[in-house]
Amino acid sequence: MAILGLSLTMVAVFVGFGLLIGTLFGFFGMGGSFLVTPALLVMGYPSTVAVGSGLAFVFGTSVIGALRHRDHGQVDYKLAAIMTIAMTLGIEGGKSVVFFLEATGMADLIINVSYVGLLAAVGLLTLRDAWSDDDDTETSSDLADRVQSIHIPPMVTLRGGVRVSGTIIFAVGLVIGVLSGFLGVGGGFLLMPAMMYGLGVPAAIAVGTDILQITISGAFGAFTYAQSGSVALPVVAFLLLGSALGARIGAGATNLVDEDEIKGYFAAMLLAGSVAVASNKLGTVYGIDLLNTLSTVLIFGAALLVSSAVVLAAICRLRNDRTGTWCQLTTS
Amino acid sequence: MFGFENLSGSAQAIATVGIVLAEAFALYLAYGLLSNTVGATVVDALGGN
Repeated sequence: MAILGLSLTMVAVFVGFGLLIGTLFGFFGMGGSFLVTPALLVMGYPSTVAVGSGLAFVFGTSVIGALRHRDHGQVDYKLAAIMTIAMTLGIEGGKSVVFFLEATGMADLIINVSYVGLLAAVGLLTLRDAWSDDDDTETSSDLADRVQSIHIPPMVTLRGGVRVSGTIIFAVGLVIGVLSGFLGVGGGFLLMPAMMYGLGVPAAIAVGTDILQITISGAFGAFTYAQSGSVALPVVAFLLLGSALGARIGAGATNLVDEDEIKGYFAAMLLAGSVAVASNKLGTVYGIDLLNTLSTVLIFGAALLVSSAVVLAAICRLRNDRTGTWCQLTTS
Repeated sequence: MFGFENLSGSAQAIATVGIVLAEAFALYLAYGLLSNTVGATVVDALGGN
């Protein structure tokens, strides 16, 4: 029996994977889309379909996130507008690079290598952040001060009294857009730190603006890939079915668990994703099935491990249990 | 499969984005309703009450 052309097993896999990713997205506010494209690549989907479907999934998930944030007034529309225009142009550029590389037969290799590098870099930075004290805040504030002191017109005043060069905002958005279109990711994991640490935007406004912006750029990204039939709609539909529920579970968990308690797991998940993509590529090139299996286990295992840690930590808080073995493991 | 395979590229893309948007709205409403209906009971049960 098949539903929308997918076997029941695959439907269960996509809904279950969406649930895990949604839980992570709801809890961390980012990282949800980052596993979808590598997972589809690992499952054998062509790179353009993996990237296009990743962007369509990002769009659907961020619509749900934006609906939840709309009443909180945490959006700077001026910042969102500049970022959206810049990222839209960037996505178009990134997409052209993917199609060009596909024509030369190098798309899979370069996208995979880029994923490995970026996942590893963000994973290591997150790990360092998880292990470090609060000293980083000062460094980040210094960076934002320096960026705000650059007066390239037009200067723009953002919510929270932040005044930054519109040209710099545009340049940041353009670079993130190229990466977003090239890798099929929403850009949230790059945009949010860039707004908070680079531009000095308050965290709550950065999150709200980020989600609105990702919704718009995700829609545009999905549209451009769908024009060439590179969106696997049944896959996106079943992923969303799971992620919409997971996002509620993850968001609920944020009221109970401190993000810093889980950050080490999140970093480990990004690093596992990096190793998985590398392992898959090597397995394919050298015909070693064991490496392909390892890759699949790492991607799904890491998402399962971290989302389980989030849920378990929340249950421990609900029960006021800080001494049980499992509770100590997830919240230490 | 979704009945728009014969549409032009742009029309097919608009339909794809529209379907994803409609599903996201529907899921937001459906899970919101589910959450309001059984959310408190589930949280109580998980909390051991």
